[in-house]
Amino acid sequence: MSETTAASFGAATHLVCRACGAHATLGADYSCWECFGPLEVAYEFGTVTREQIQAGPLSLWRYAPLLPVPANVAETRTLSPGMTRLQPADNLAKALGITGKLWVKDDSGNPTHSFKDRVVAVAQTAGIQLGFKTLACASTGNLAQAVAAAAARAGQRSVVLVPSNLESHKIQATAAYNGYVIGIDGNYDDVNRLCSELIGEEVSADWGFVNVNLRPYYAEGSKTVGYEIAEQLGWRLPDQVVIPVASGSLLTKIDKGWREFTSLGLVEEHPYRVFGAQATGCNPVSTAFADGQDVIRPVKPNTIAKSLAIGNPADGPYALDAVRRTNGAIGDVTDAEVVEGIRLLAETEGIFAETAGGVTVAVTRKLLAQGLLDPTAETVIVNTGEGLKTLDAVSTGDGFTATIAPSVDSVSLVIASGK
Amino acid sequence: MSVSVRIPTILRTYTGGEANVEIEPGEATLAGLINTLEETYPGISQRLVSDTGELRRFINIYINDDDVRFLDGLQSATPAGAQISIVPAVAGG
Repeated sequence: MSETTAASFGAATHLVCRACGAHATLGADYSCWECFGPLEVAYEFGTVTREQIQAGPLSLWRYAPLLPVPANVAETRTLSPGMTRLQPADNLAKALGITGKLWVKDDSGNPTHSFKDRVVAVAQTAGIQLGFKTLACASTGNLAQAVAAAAARAGQRSVVLVPSNLESHKIQATAAYNGYVIGIDGNYDDVNRLCSELIGEEVSADWGFVNVNLRPYYAEGSKTVGYEIAEQLGWRLPDQVVIPVASGSLLTKIDKGWREFTSLGLVEEHPYRVFGAQATGCNPVSTAFADGQDVIRPVKPNTIAKSLAIGNPADGPYALDAVRRTNGAIGDVTDAEVVEGIRLLAETEGIFAETAGGVTVAVTRKLLAQGLLDPTAETVIVNTGEGLKTLDAVSTGDGFTATIAPSVDSVSLVIASGK
Repeated sequence: MSVSVRIPTILRTYTGGEANVEIEPGEATLAGLINTLEETYPGISQRLVSDTGELRRFINIYINDDDVRFLDGLQSATPAGAQISIVPAVAGG
């Protein structure tokens, strides 16, 4: 792409293949020219201090020195997501039998209500550096909203491609930003394949697909979930963390973020265990973990947890590596358990999570029952999205406890009758 | 009896920049197709298949919209007129 000024990617130096270690220059490449393996951003960090980060903005841009973005990124027109709350979850801990401290990292507090705003902010910034005019993606819904909103704010065109059977309110919420919302007859893996095929085509020549040709940059945005957890705990790492797994990228990047914080001296070295959560209706990584396999066998997804419904997760092997290296585990739960998980988090902590959050809570419960999670250890669970995104999953009847006449007696009767 | 093969950007150095090539495989399987591709575009097969004869980990191949990993892998049938697509794996999200 043509560019009038030199592109700036901060401390990032090159791309490196996670499979074979081959190097590539910083550009719109996502697949290794040697082996097709996924490319990842490599850096040469200078000194980064706690004080420097704390003096930064109250968004993920406080970590700009650790991301592939220019130093002035906070002044550009992004959604500036991040710095979501890390909520103590004592009631949920009690319900789950956790005696160590429990926290919920609640990423539903981002501008479009999911953690995807983080990855989009980094990918969008890189895309602008690389000269792309249009922001595009393949999405299961959350990413579509994040891309359409971020593009609107930056004055870019957006093109999002989603499975046509997606929940209608996710489509409507995306359409509000007035970009292209293209329904594809097929599942997410079909959409993803189409987007890969669009790379290099004339129609999409100026499109930066955040999760395809901008993927190395996009994925780095997920590190900020890990950075924030560590900073919000008072510059230290927890004992264990439970993270939902779709592509496996969020899990691997939280781990990467904590390793970077440790090697930069921002936190003391502390052994932690990484746990992954999937829905049984789309559990390729959990299955590979249980079977002791390194290779992920793709599945055809069938679960209400649509934001986790990636049947062929290319970062799955790396998620397995992180989990095994840290003596963690990956579990999966049925759709009924997902709904129970959503309800449990809502009624104990006042946090209404989307289905992915229900997966995480339910898997946490299951891993505790299996003795794989330590109930006495300090635990963080990650909620990646807002419950309003998947309202259908928990809808029961009309939602009313009762419908009554406007009288004090009627209210008294309802309360006396109990729930 | 030819089939159409979609070549990803990353492999177009082998096909002289062609995005779609028509191939008449000697044998109507994916393995046969890759052998025929190799005869026309030397070097391309080792990018698709490992030294141990397996489809490489980060490559997805589709025959008429079906991922060959859900079919019979390299032994999957490639009927006349089939559309074959070679796509580098991307981790979605």
